[in-house]
Amino acid sequence: MPEQFKLITKHIDEPGYTPDIACYLRHGGYAGLRKALATPVRELAEGKKLSPQEVVREDVKASGLRGRGGAGFSAGLKWSFVDRRSGKPIYLICNADESEPGTFKDRQIIHKDPHQLVEGMIISCWANDVKLAYIYIRGEMPEGARLLNQALKEARENGFLGKNILGTGYDLEIHVHRGAGAYICGEETGLIESLEGKRAYPRIKPPYFPAVLGLYMCPTIVNNVETLCHVTHIVNMGASEYAKLGTPNNTGTRIVSLSGDVMRPGFYEIQVGKVTLGELIHDANFGGGLRPGRSLKAIIPGGSSSKVLKAGEVFKLNRKGADGQMAKVDVPLLDLPYDFDSLQQAGTMSGSSAVIVLDDSRSMVETLGNLSEFYAHESCGQCTPCREGALWLAKATHRLAHGEGRKEDANYLAHIAQNIQGRTICAFGEAASWPVLSFVKKFRDEFEAKGAADEAARAQGAGPVHGVKMAASPNHH
Amino acid sequence: MSFTVPSHLEAELDEITTHYPVKRSASLMFLHALQEHFGYVSKDAVEWTARKLGLQPINVYELVTFYPMFRQEPLGKTHVKVCRTLSCALQGSGELRERFCSKLGLDPHAHAPQTTPDGKFTVEFVECLASCGTAPVVLVNEELHHKVSSADADAILQKGKAA
Repeated sequence: MPEQFKLITKHIDEPGYTPDIACYLRHGGYAGLRKALATPVRELAEGKKLSPQEVVREDVKASGLRGRGGAGFSAGLKWSFVDRRSGKPIYLICNADESEPGTFKDRQIIHKDPHQLVEGMIISCWANDVKLAYIYIRGEMPEGARLLNQALKEARENGFLGKNILGTGYDLEIHVHRGAGAYICGEETGLIESLEGKRAYPRIKPPYFPAVLGLYMCPTIVNNVETLCHVTHIVNMGASEYAKLGTPNNTGTRIVSLSGDVMRPGFYEIQVGKVTLGELIHDANFGGGLRPGRSLKAIIPGGSSSKVLKAGEVFKLNRKGADGQMAKVDVPLLDLPYDFDSLQQAGTMSGSSAVIVLDDSRSMVETLGNLSEFYAHESCGQCTPCREGALWLAKATHRLAHGEGRKEDANYLAHIAQNIQGRTICAFGEAASWPVLSFVKKFRDEFEAKGAADEAARAQGAGPVHGVKMAASPNHH
Repeated sequence: MSFTVPSHLEAELDEITTHYPVKRSASLMFLHALQEHFGYVSKDAVEWTARKLGLQPINVYELVTFYPMFRQEPLGKTHVKVCRTLSCALQGSGELRERFCSKLGLDPHAHAPQTTPDGKFTVEFVECLASCGTAPVVLVNEELHHKVSSADADAILQKGKAA
């Protein structure tokens, strides 16, 4: 039976484990930082030399670490794009604005093991010649902000942060910056605008790639909380040992946030790709199955923005056969390995690794109504297709969910969504559209039946058919 | 003018301003601190922040209207934020919010923040609070409550009434 593999969450929720530095040090904390700072110059075959910082950057690349925030982009490559010749300061920002619906993994690290994040950040800053860094934490986590401030204070007092870190001459300062309740701040250029004291309107790329024109128009690295924690483990284990965890191109571990209709919702750390969606939902070590008497209806596999998967779907995945040749193989939904590439090949994404499970008691119309209201509320309002379209989607799904639908609403919703995606500055347009497009495509019969039933009821002169209310009417300020 | 920022708070904010190479960056931290102290962000607080950071008041005001956490009117002493988004909705956060509202004599279907006439409670539906594994969750002032049952909701109200 597959089990959790606890690398990042090793001590989280362990009896007696506390968020203070004494406890962290007792458990081997800051050994990774000491090891990183003592990295020797690496001699390459062609007579070239890598500086200690370059060695760590190369190791992060070699580890195969992919960003744990949502996009799954190679962390080492992201670092390699940083403009190091501009002469401007390089900034690093930890994206702790965890707000993708379904996701609650960074919360565990911030609240229960904040020094693990601080250590990962210090190593990452040192490796990238960063002197000033920020943790952008969402406003609704005041306790997390306090714990991080305390952890930073303790790190300073112990010589891990501030001037002349551990006698190496390296200076670094890290500050906590609080957001104020806007989902769009999780988008890295929106986050940067917000950190500059502005509305979090995402910037257009090109030219505003953070690696070149980020915070204060300086080169900037934005990494997720969990991603930064992995850096310490890569240093401690060595890149090649780390890369043995997980599966090829999907290395290391990931913390999966599991919620919805399972018996044991919670966060579970797995080796990437070593556990299937079915195991995550049904195994006693993970979700523990559905509620008694219920069957699976759908899975939202990577946060609310990911395309929904329907029970019974079978996907064509590229797999290496016994002859070493790549071939298309049929893989049923529950046998999908939970990793970046398999979910992408299944037409969706592992995103922020948040799995929301829906059983057969759930109305897909109401579920989509709930999600569409989220996107309508959270659109920053900068691009017209998203600002107007997201609200339009919310109103249309709300109407359909509350007995005033039409049979053509399935097409209508898809039409609106198609006119948002690809027409906006940031990926929010896709995030708002993908749930709609996938729900309508895969559960079309349910959407059409609801619309037809509403039409029939109206034709008979009855009032609107009210379903179970899951969400209040959209009311946006 | 009755608007006075206590010297200890001003000193704290002056220190926070040094965290940033560009003063404007401190805006959100100013607004948080002023809202925590005064209960909401008044026009005076906006103007004070603008003066301190060398900005036009509109540069600050546009933040107050953009970021959902900032309020332009006083809030109830106990601020109940019920998570509305999917995982909590699946576990009954809609019914939970209706319970809070109807027990306090507030409109159980209104979405926007509502404050009781005695100023003791504000009830609000908010978007995902990032604790979906312990749904439904409710943020009461700064404390997150997990797996909130009807009995837990009543206990929150009892505590708030006594506060």
